[in-house]
Amino acid sequence: MNWRLWLPFLIFFGFLGLAAYQLSQPKDEFIKSTMVGKELPYFTLPPASLDRPGVDSRYFHAGGPKLLNIWASWCLPCIAEAPQLERLKEEGVEIVGVAIRDKPSDVMRFLAEHGNPYTRIGRDDLSEVQLGIGSSGVPETFVIDGEGIITYQHIGDIRPEHVPVLLEELRKAEG
Amino acid sequence: MRALAILLAALIALPLAAQDSMPPAPYAYRQLDDPEQEAAAQELMETLRCLKCQSQSIADSDAPMAGDMRHQVRIRIAAGEEPGEIRRWLMDRYGDYVSYQPVMSATTWPLFAVPALLVGIAGLLFWRRFRRRA
Amino acid sequence: MIAEIGLAALWLAAALAVLQLVGGVLALRGGIESELAGLTRPAAILQGGLVAVSFAMLLWVFAITDLSVKLVAMNSHTMKPLIFKLSGAWGNHEGSMLLWVTVMALAGALIAGVERRLPERTMQATLAAQGFVALGFYAFLLLSSNPFERLPQPAVEGLGLNPLLQDIGLALHPPTLYFGYVGLSVAFSFAVGALMTRQVTPDFARAMRPWILGAWVFLTLGITAGSYWAYYELGWGGYWFWDPVENASLMPWLAATALLHSASVLASRDALRVWTIMLGVVAFSMSMLGTFLVRSGILTSVHAFAVDPERGSFILFLLALYIGGALLLFALRAGSINEGERFSVASREGALVVNNVMLSAILAVVLLGTLYPLLTEAFDVRVSVGPPYFNPVGAVFAFPMLAVMAVGPLLRWRKDSWARISKEIALVAALLLAALILCTVLFGTALLPLLGLSFAFAVGVASFLPLKGRNLLRVPIATWGMVIAHFGIAVALFGMASEGAFSQEKLAALEEGGTTAVGPWGVQLESVDPIAGPNWTAMAGQLDVSYKGGEPTRIAPESRNFWAPAQQTTESVLVTRWNGQLYAVMGGENNDGRWQLRLWWKPFVTFIWYGGLLVALGGALALIGRVRVDLRRRSVRRKLAMRRNDEKALA
Repeated sequence: MNWRLWLPFLIFFGFLGLAAYQLSQPKDEFIKSTMVGKELPYFTLPPASLDRPGVDSRYFHAGGPKLLNIWASWCLPCIAEAPQLERLKEEGVEIVGVAIRDKPSDVMRFLAEHGNPYTRIGRDDLSEVQLGIGSSGVPETFVIDGEGIITYQHIGDIRPEHVPVLLEELRKAEG
Repeated sequence: MRALAILLAALIALPLAAQDSMPPAPYAYRQLDDPEQEAAAQELMETLRCLKCQSQSIADSDAPMAGDMRHQVRIRIAAGEEPGEIRRWLMDRYGDYVSYQPVMSATTWPLFAVPALLVGIAGLLFWRRFRRRA
Repeated sequence: MIAEIGLAALWLAAALAVLQLVGGVLALRGGIESELAGLTRPAAILQGGLVAVSFAMLLWVFAITDLSVKLVAMNSHTMKPLIFKLSGAWGNHEGSMLLWVTVMALAGALIAGVERRLPERTMQATLAAQGFVALGFYAFLLLSSNPFERLPQPAVEGLGLNPLLQDIGLALHPPTLYFGYVGLSVAFSFAVGALMTRQVTPDFARAMRPWILGAWVFLTLGITAGSYWAYYELGWGGYWFWDPVENASLMPWLAATALLHSASVLASRDALRVWTIMLGVVAFSMSMLGTFLVRSGILTSVHAFAVDPERGSFILFLLALYIGGALLLFALRAGSINEGERFSVASREGALVVNNVMLSAILAVVLLGTLYPLLTEAFDVRVSVGPPYFNPVGAVFAFPMLAVMAVGPLLRWRKDSWARISKEIALVAALLLAALILCTVLFGTALLPLLGLSFAFAVGVASFLPLKGRNLLRVPIATWGMVIAHFGIAVALFGMASEGAFSQEKLAALEEGGTTAVGPWGVQLESVDPIAGPNWTAMAGQLDVSYKGGEPTRIAPESRNFWAPAQQTTESVLVTRWNGQLYAVMGGENNDGRWQLRLWWKPFVTFIWYGGLLVALGGALALIGRVRVDLRRRSVRRKLAMRRNDEKALA
């Protein structure tokens, strides 16, 4: 028997297994940031609304862990996650917002309608901060520890079941 | 089939969520004045993957985020950064996914090993087949 | 009633496919004299008729817009023009699968009806394989994608009035690819049949060759048209993105090209037996793999097709059954098949072996690059493989192949010497070198476009060398086919290399009345006018463009806004000259009131698609030539048999 004649069959079998496995997996469109575990890059953003200050990356270097929420008034899932952000705020979490490609008037309207969980909101018109921290969409939420290190990334809107996960990550970031 | 596919893609290419109302970034649709720098930027953009779209380079996409990435590439090139540095900067943030040009690494070595192996096999095949009669 | 007739015909056809399979298998085991074996061919022919009836019924329900049929209600509309009502029949998953089995069953009927060259046992095995493959697709249609399903309540109106989808290109593109895939399925059946009876003969290659050629012509046309479509539809001037869906259409073409050449070695010289069988299996598996990748949505593509994981599972099951089965059979049987005649390196066969190995290597690279992201995703790592990978790695194998392609057709079969064609080799080498030096000095661009330009030049001239010293009127049609197809490759290569080397891009922001320039073109934005369509509004830029200061032409690219669903598209305008195309796209308005324009001057870009058409034309000529020779041989054989009978009768 010639082993080389079995090669095509074996390669095909490998492909079959891979394809069957991938078909059974839910299609995951997320692109994870490889900045997790690294320091938040330096940035300063002007305020995106009239009643909250802008954001400076140095702000994350003191005062314990915080959430950095990448969002926009034009993004529909951001409306869906608003109650969860509100809950996190009630749990005593500090949430810093970065509004992507957004106008102050739209930001104000959104916050008036869906609540304002943010202590500061920066205005990122060119997605510079978004690119800087490896975020590929809105909304995304990052956990930043007290020393300005990114410790966790949540992609997509925060559903109720994600709230305890984020609280746990914040607790870990503290220790 | 593919033609239909393209049209369907056109239907879903823009996210169902509302679009932002901001104008595109300054250098999203504007070329650099120095043609040499622009050529370098263009070459780099063609090898960077748009993160918001399905399988398109940032040079071929109307997505706002692709525009912002083009802006980044152009201003960094204009500021004198090397294309390789910019690629590395993005790969530090998004991993291998953002670059259409795989670099040899622990996860991508088979992409280079297999063609090398193929060259070897082809050479061996010719040598063994024709050695006696050439 | 019409839909029920169509469904019943489909069920009957499926039953006949079972009969065809059983008859073929029994013939293989019990000998061709068994009773059922006599039914194999009629079953295949009748089956072709039944499926044709079924497809005609589908066309009928679409023509009369029978809204009680689910497929019609989902995809058609009473207000559509008739031509788009009809093309709507296969512009969806169910209908396109029915079209596929229709072409497949008609092809089966044709080989059952006319193919008499092969030993009857091999023919029976081939038809059994054909029935087996068809059966899987019938099952797919009847069990999971019934095109004739009725709605409990007829719909009031259809949902398919999207004017975007009413396009003649869309109507013709899928059938083109299906003809290609089905041709390869016939080649697959022949390969499996020959493997079963171990009769891999030149006759087998001759029987298979017209199907490969036909499939190859349709695949070439499909890829060429698809590439042009992407070029003007996506609005960024790219013609090939190495996207998974594009690769899915390229891989069967690469395999078919290799198969075509190895089958011609087998037909002429009785060599490369095992290899040809292998390629027959691989070519069809690439078309099924392509279908799987496109329909399952397993890979991310810009050309996202209506995907459905359940259908993906079904196609994967069929893939496992047919290709897995065929490769298993290959592993078990191929060892006992003789390699065939030997030949020396300096021979036509030698050159064709180089072609085959290189094409297979390119195929392997494309396959690897396409599937690699799928592999790493299993380990939760995401990578991208794109043009910067495929272009250079493919070129490593493509350019040596092109060099051999330039001189290979000059070599004689079996044994030749380099010395005999040394003049021609020197000529080609000199042309190549001169072109390379000239292009480097004149243009000095990147390596790949340079190589592309010089190889295009050398191969273009070399492709006509086989005609040297021959009476052009007496050259066989098939040889003309080869010459034209090889020349077409050079033309397409020239187009690609020019596009890479000479394209000029201009992104401009103009106020009304403003001017700009791209390459030799002067462009003036006269005005921007709002216009309205049935479900869109658009801003149309009225541009006056003039080539080298000549008479201006008015063009009007549009930026369209659709509502329901809300989306933006661009309608690009192409101005074609013999030496290239101006590509104009209208963008949005800046906040300073200026309008964005994207302009490209792409010298000789059209040669890419002219080349593709030439390749297809060459394939068609080769097909005509081969079939004519076959028919003539057949009539000679019949006359001989008649004369022998007469002689016998006289004696």
